[in-house]
Amino acid sequence: MVVAIELDPFHLFLWDPILFEGTPFELNRVGLLTLLGAALCIGFFLYGAAKKALIPKGASNIAETLYLFVREKIAIDTIGPKEGPKFAGYLATVFFFIFFMNVLAIVPGVHFAPTSRMAIPFMLAIFTYLIFNIVGIVKQGPIGYLKGTLFPPGAPWWVYVLLAPIEFFSVFIVRPLTLMVRLLANMMAGHVLLTIFFLFTHDFLVHNLGPASPLGVLTLVVAAALMMLEMLVIVMQAYIFTMLTAFYIAESVHGHGDHDEAHEDAHAEEPHGSRQVTEGLAA
Amino acid sequence: MTTELLQLAQESTGGVTDEGLASLAHGLVYGLAAIGPGIGVGLVFGSAIEAMARQPETAGETRTTMFIGFALIEALALIGFVLAFIL
Repeated sequence: MVVAIELDPFHLFLWDPILFEGTPFELNRVGLLTLLGAALCIGFFLYGAAKKALIPKGASNIAETLYLFVREKIAIDTIGPKEGPKFAGYLATVFFFIFFMNVLAIVPGVHFAPTSRMAIPFMLAIFTYLIFNIVGIVKQGPIGYLKGTLFPPGAPWWVYVLLAPIEFFSVFIVRPLTLMVRLLANMMAGHVLLTIFFLFTHDFLVHNLGPASPLGVLTLVVAAALMMLEMLVIVMQAYIFTMLTAFYIAESVHGHGDHDEAHEDAHAEEPHGSRQVTEGLAA
Repeated sequence: MTTELLQLAQESTGGVTDEGLASLAHGLVYGLAAIGPGIGVGLVFGSAIEAMARQPETAGETRTTMFIGFALIEALALIGFVLAFIL
C-alpha cells in the first residue's frame, strides 16, 4: 500500500505568519527562530560576563575562551596586533551570531537554521561590505583605496587593462555575493539533505514498502552520520565567514597585496628557533 | 515524498517533457559547476596542509592565503549553485 505524505513544496520556502499579522513587524517561524538565536547568543555571553573572576569558572570560562579564540586566532593573526583588537568585537559578534543561528539546525524540535533564508546572510554580508569599504576609505583615502584595489602594485602596465575590471568585479561584486551565498547554500543544503534522509527513513520504516523496507535502516544510519557532518559545517561556516571578513578588513587596513608588514608585526614576538633549525638543515 | 516520487515514476508515460528536461538541467548545472572548484579547493587545502606541515611557524600566514584562494575558487561553485535556482 502506498501512502503519499502531504508535502507542500511551498511550505519548504514560504511560511505562514504567526504574530503581528498584517503589520510591517509580521513574524513567521523563521523570524521567531532568529530572535531565539539572538537571545541565546546575548544570554550566553551576558551570563558568562556576569561573574568576573581572576580564574573564570564554568560558563564564563567557556565564553572567555571562545572570545579569545576569535580575538587571537582570527582578528590579531589576520589583521595584525595593532589594528586587530579594534575589529575583534565585530568579528566575535559575527562569529557567534552565525554560530547560534546555525546551531538551531541540529537542535531537536527546531531543526531549522535561520541562516538558510537569504535575509540573515544578506544583512551580515551588507555589514561586512560596508565595514571593509569604509575602513579602506578612511585608512587609505578614497583615491588611494580605489587605486590600491583596482591597480595592485607589481604588474606591468598593460596587464592593468585586464586586471582592473577583474579586480573591480571580484572585490566589489563577487565578495559580498559569495559571502552570503556560501553561508546560505551550506545551511540550506544541510537542511534539505537531512530532510530527505529522514523522510526516506520515515517512508521506508513507517509506511511499509515491502521488500525495500530494510533500506530504511541504512538511510537512518546515513541521516545520523549527516547530523555529525552538519555539526562540522555549522562551526566551519561561522569560522569561514569571520575569517573572510577579517581578511577583507585586513586588506583595507594594509592596502592590497601588501601584507608583509602586518605579518612581520604579528610574528615578531615568536621565537625563531624552529626556523633556524630548518635553515641549518638546509645548509 | 519518496512515495510521491515512486507514484510519479509509476504513472509517468515515458515521454520527454520540457519540465523534465528543465529539472535535469537544474541538476546538471550545479553538478558540472562543482567539478572544477571541487578539484581546485582540494588542491588549495592539500597544498596548504603540506606548507603548514613543512613550516609550522608560518601557519597563520598560510591559513590566511589559503582562505583567499578558497574564497576565489568557491565563488565559481556558488555561481553555479545560484544559476541552478535562476534557470
